[in-house]
Amino acid sequence: MELDTGNTAWVLMATALVLFMTPGLALFYGGMVRSKNVLGMLMQNIFAMGLLAVLWVAVVFSLAFGDAGNEGFIGNFDYVWLKDVGPALTTQDFLSFLTIPFILFCGFQMTFAIITPALITGATADRLKFGAYAVFIGAWLVLVYSPIAHMVFAGGWLASEGALDFAGGAVVHMNAGAAALALVLLIGRRKGYPDTPMPPHNLPMTVLGTGILWFGWAGFNAGSALAADGIAAQAIMNTFLAASAAMLGWLVVERIKDGHATTLGGASGAVAGLVAITPCAGFVGGMAPVYIGLIAGAICYLALGIKKAFGFDDSLDVIAVHLVGGLVGSLLLGLFADSAINAVVTNEGLFLGGGVDLLLDQSLASVVTLVYSFVVTLIIGKVIDVTMGLRVSEEDEDTGLDLSQHAEVAYAD
Amino acid sequence: MKLITAIVKPFKLDDVKAALKEAGITGMTVAEVQGFGRQAGHTEVYRGAEYTIDFVPKVRIEVLAGDADADRLADVIADAARTGKIGDGKIWIEPVDRVIRIRTGELDADAL
Repeated sequence: MELDTGNTAWVLMATALVLFMTPGLALFYGGMVRSKNVLGMLMQNIFAMGLLAVLWVAVVFSLAFGDAGNEGFIGNFDYVWLKDVGPALTTQDFLSFLTIPFILFCGFQMTFAIITPALITGATADRLKFGAYAVFIGAWLVLVYSPIAHMVFAGGWLASEGALDFAGGAVVHMNAGAAALALVLLIGRRKGYPDTPMPPHNLPMTVLGTGILWFGWAGFNAGSALAADGIAAQAIMNTFLAASAAMLGWLVVERIKDGHATTLGGASGAVAGLVAITPCAGFVGGMAPVYIGLIAGAICYLALGIKKAFGFDDSLDVIAVHLVGGLVGSLLLGLFADSAINAVVTNEGLFLGGGVDLLLDQSLASVVTLVYSFVVTLIIGKVIDVTMGLRVSEEDEDTGLDLSQHAEVAYAD
Repeated sequence: MKLITAIVKPFKLDDVKAALKEAGITGMTVAEVQGFGRQAGHTEVYRGAEYTIDFVPKVRIEVLAGDADADRLADVIADAARTGKIGDGKIWIEPVDRVIRIRTGELDADAL
């Protein structure tokens, strides 16, 4: 393969788009917390851009993408400290389809590694100690993200079993969602939840964050084609259509059940659709993204009831949106995958006459991702809890994370 | 001397002010307040979770009047502030011992 300037130009831009999603996520979450915790939330998200980028190039990129195509669980140390990762193409066999500089591939994947742990912060809002958070996301990137990314994205075990994941339905969303569940079970509910009302303090901020996520998701999904080609074009349109349809699906159910179509519901529905289309983006076509969006929007809304039913405090609904949304998208891919859209699809979806093979592969990948992420996150979280403590003191929680963790206030009177 | 206090819906303030001026008052005091009566609070819904907000925003109007005018002015306020829906508010009238105009030291009726 030779370096292709068109492909390189697009992935350069897509890398910037995906990076922009993390501050977008910060605003999306930041608007939903109480005003005394908004800086705590923003800081957890932008801090991921600081710490995880450095960890990624130091070792995690190599653990995820080293020895790609080995059909195994994890990579190796070939690319530690960016060894052999530079402006040239890679000579690694499995990754030899890439027509972009290897350092750019590393950078594009880095932006995914940054936002995935950041997604978890919505679940533990208002009560996670900053130091514990810093240690947690570092350990989580090494012990949870890198093996899952290797198994799915880098020709590891799950990819060799036949599971498909275009841009991270399993690696990013189910992975973060299962981790969120483990962490909220460990850390417990916010003080006063659910009796004390804790309404969002700034929904305009949340809507702005939604817009940035929606925009950045073009890079997330269409960039995952790793080329400026027809699959990228299909992926960007699928992404936007699924977000739109999921907004409609969410709002219709919300209006029927609660009586109003809310702003927060419109924003949440769009994000649920973006999550659900992520595994499917470059593998489906026609009206499939609209169906996937409508289904995901409705199901994710109904999934809000899970936390009430089980009594845990997933504060900003990471499980309903990311775990459930990612699972819905990954399973629907088993119904809608279309080899006419992407030749990588060798087992077509059930609705295209391909039988249940792909659906079974998708189910296996989903279960493995959910169980692995949940169990290892539980272990990491427990170790941090008994050594340094996950949760702020009761007094610090009352004061708010902004003042207690960062000695700042967001809104001076 | 009487003190008329009225709690009304905020969007009715302009109507009440115009009606009171029409009725000949020379002054009034207004404050934004929160509270609840029979209307109780209101409900907000975020992602399916309902929160009851107890206090509703209202405007409190205070007008000082002579004994002969108080009932008439209370009627003026009630007519201007009425929508017929729950939450229109309340008016009450209290006796006032003494009114003093600070600038001149005038008292009672002269100070209105």
